[in-house]
Amino acid sequence: MKFFKLFALLLPLFFLAACSSSPDKGMNGGDVAVEERGADTAGVDGQGADGEDMGAEARVVVGEDGYAGNELNDPSSPLSNRVVYFDYDSDVVRSEDQETLRAHGAYLAKNPNLTVRLEGHTDERGSREYNLALGERRALSVRQILMLQGASIDQFQVTSFGEERPAEEGSSDYAWSQNRRVELKYIGR
Amino acid sequence: MAPTVLRYLLLFLAMVLPLQANAVLKIEITGGSEAALPIAIVPFGVEGYAPPEDISDIISNDLASSGRFAPLEKRDLISQPHQGEQVNFQDWRLLRSEGLLIGKVSSQDGENYQVQFQLFDVYKAEQLVGKRYNVPASGLRSLAHQIADIVYETLTGEKGVFSTRLAFVTEMKNADGSKRYALQVSDADGGNPRTVLQSTQPIMSPNWAPDGERLAYVTFENAKAEVYVQELSSGRRNSVASFRGLNSAPAWSPDGKRLALTLSKNGNPEIYILELASGNLSRVTHNSGAIDTEAVWMPNGREILFTSDRGGRPQIYRVDADGGRAERVTFEGGYNASADISPDGKTMAMVHAVNGKFHIAIQDLQTGAVQVLTDTTADESPSFAPNGRMILYATEQKGRGVLAAVSVDGRIKQRLGESGSAVREPAWSPFRR
Repeated sequence: MKFFKLFALLLPLFFLAACSSSPDKGMNGGDVAVEERGADTAGVDGQGADGEDMGAEARVVVGEDGYAGNELNDPSSPLSNRVVYFDYDSDVVRSEDQETLRAHGAYLAKNPNLTVRLEGHTDERGSREYNLALGERRALSVRQILMLQGASIDQFQVTSFGEERPAEEGSSDYAWSQNRRVELKYIGR
Repeated sequence: MAPTVLRYLLLFLAMVLPLQANAVLKIEITGGSEAALPIAIVPFGVEGYAPPEDISDIISNDLASSGRFAPLEKRDLISQPHQGEQVNFQDWRLLRSEGLLIGKVSSQDGENYQVQFQLFDVYKAEQLVGKRYNVPASGLRSLAHQIADIVYETLTGEKGVFSTRLAFVTEMKNADGSKRYALQVSDADGGNPRTVLQSTQPIMSPNWAPDGERLAYVTFENAKAEVYVQELSSGRRNSVASFRGLNSAPAWSPDGKRLALTLSKNGNPEIYILELASGNLSRVTHNSGAIDTEAVWMPNGREILFTSDRGGRPQIYRVDADGGRAERVTFEGGYNASADISPDGKTMAMVHAVNGKFHIAIQDLQTGAVQVLTDTTADESPSFAPNGRMILYATEQKGRGVLAAVSVDGRIKQRLGESGSAVREPAWSPFRR
C-alpha cells in the first residue's frame, strides 16, 4: 500500500514525463519496450533514453482511470518493470522478481477492471514446439504469483511466443538471458 | 576426397547459375560419398524452339545433389549423341561411366514440347529405360525431376525424391526492423518456390497431409498460436484449432483423416487427436505436471511418439493413439525432442543435445541404438525424405537460419542456403500420388 502514497506524491511529475516522452520505439512495433529494467529517475525529465517506455500503454490505461496509467509508469515503482527473466529451461520466477510481481498482483487486485496480457518467451535453443509450451508455462507461473495477491483469473490473457519473438537477436549468453522472459502488457478493460 | 568436393562444387555452380533467378534454396554438397556412381548425362539435343528450362542440367543437378551420383563434367563428354543409334559404347566405357543418359527436346511452336530420353547401361551396351513425353513449357521443370526419379530408381533400386517438395518458413527483416514471415513450398531442389502464406507474425511447424495437397501449420496471426489447414491448389484455409491456450504441433495421421495436436485448453499442454470430418476431439495424454507436445504418428496409425518433460527433461515417449500409458523411448542424453519417423517405421530422427549442443541424431526403434549425424550445434526440426534416405533439418550458418540435409548413414551432407532471409521449419513432402 505504501506505493500508492508515493504515487500520489509524484503524480504531477509522471504526468509531465508521460507527455514529454516519445512513444515506445521498441523492437516489436507497438509493443512495450523490454529495456524497462533500466528505467530510473532520469526518465522523469524526459531526457533519459530509459524513460521512453512511457508510451502507448499508458495512454490506454489513462482512459480507464486517471491515476492508473501514471502509477504504472512510475519509474521508481516496481510496477514500471514489466519484464521478468528466467533461467534456462526453467519456469521458476527468480527471487529478485518476486517484489515486482507482488506489486503488479496487488495493483490488479485494486483495479479489477484492468486486464494484463502475459506473454511468455524462451531463448532459441532446442525444439521450437517445446519452447512454445515452455513460454506458456512461464507465463502461467507469473500468473500464479499475481493471483496470490488477489488478482482474479479473468484479468489475465496468457499467451506464448516460444522462441519466435526474441527481444535480443543473436546466439550469445546475453541474448539468451534477455529472451527467456515473460512480458506483462496492460490492456484497458 | 577434397578434389571430388571441388568438382561437385564447380559442377554445381555451372548448373545452378542460369537458374539462380528463380531458385530460393540452392543445394551445396558439403560432404560426399566416395561411392558416388559416375554417370554421363549428355546435354539434350534441341529441335525447333529452345526450351525455357535446361532439362538435362536439372536432371544432372538432381542426381549430383543426392550424393549417390557423380555426373561427368560436360567437357569430358566424348561425343554428344541424342538418340540410341548414335551411341558408341566403347567411348563411354573409357570414361568409366556406368550409366549414360541421352535425350532430346523438340517444339514446333515454343508452347508444347516433345521430350524423349534413353538411359543405357554402358558395359552391357543395352538400354535400361526410355520414354517420350508431350508437355507444355510450364511442365518441363517437373518433367525433368520426374526423369531424374526414373534414372535414380533404375540405377539404385530405390524411389527418387526429386519430384517431391519442401515446405519451410522464411523470416525477412523490413527496413524499419519489423519482420515478415512466409510459408513457402518449393521443388525438392529448392527451385520453383512459391509463397503459400505471408504474415507479419511468426509461422511454425508446417506438416504435410499424406495426400501432399494440404499443409497444417501454426500461425500467430491472431496474437496466439493457432492451427490452420490450407489446401495448396486453391489457397483455401481453415482454422482447425483456436482454443484457449496453445494450439500447435499439428501432425497428420497416415490415413489423412486425423490431426494430432498440442492443446493447452485444459491448462497444460497435452496431445489430442482431432478428427477432421467430425471435429471430434479426443485426448491422448494426461499428465498435468508436464509439457507433452510434438506428436508424430507411427506409420501403422495406431501409435504416437511425442516429446515430454515428465521425467524432468525433454525426452521422447510412445503412446497408443487411443490413450493409455506412455512409455519412454529415448534414454541416451539429457535432451531428445522433435521426433520424426522414417517411412518404414524403423528409424526415428530427433534433436539430440550433447553438452548443450543440439544435433540431429537417429535412433533404431528396435535396438535403441543412437547415432549422431551432424556436427553443427543449433540443429532442429528433422524431417525424413519420403524414401527414408535423407533427413532435412534446420541449422544455423553465420548466425542465420539455413536448411541442411544429411543421409541416414551420415555420409552425404547438403546445405540449402537462401540469400536474403532466414530459413527454418523444413518439412519434406510425401511422394506424389
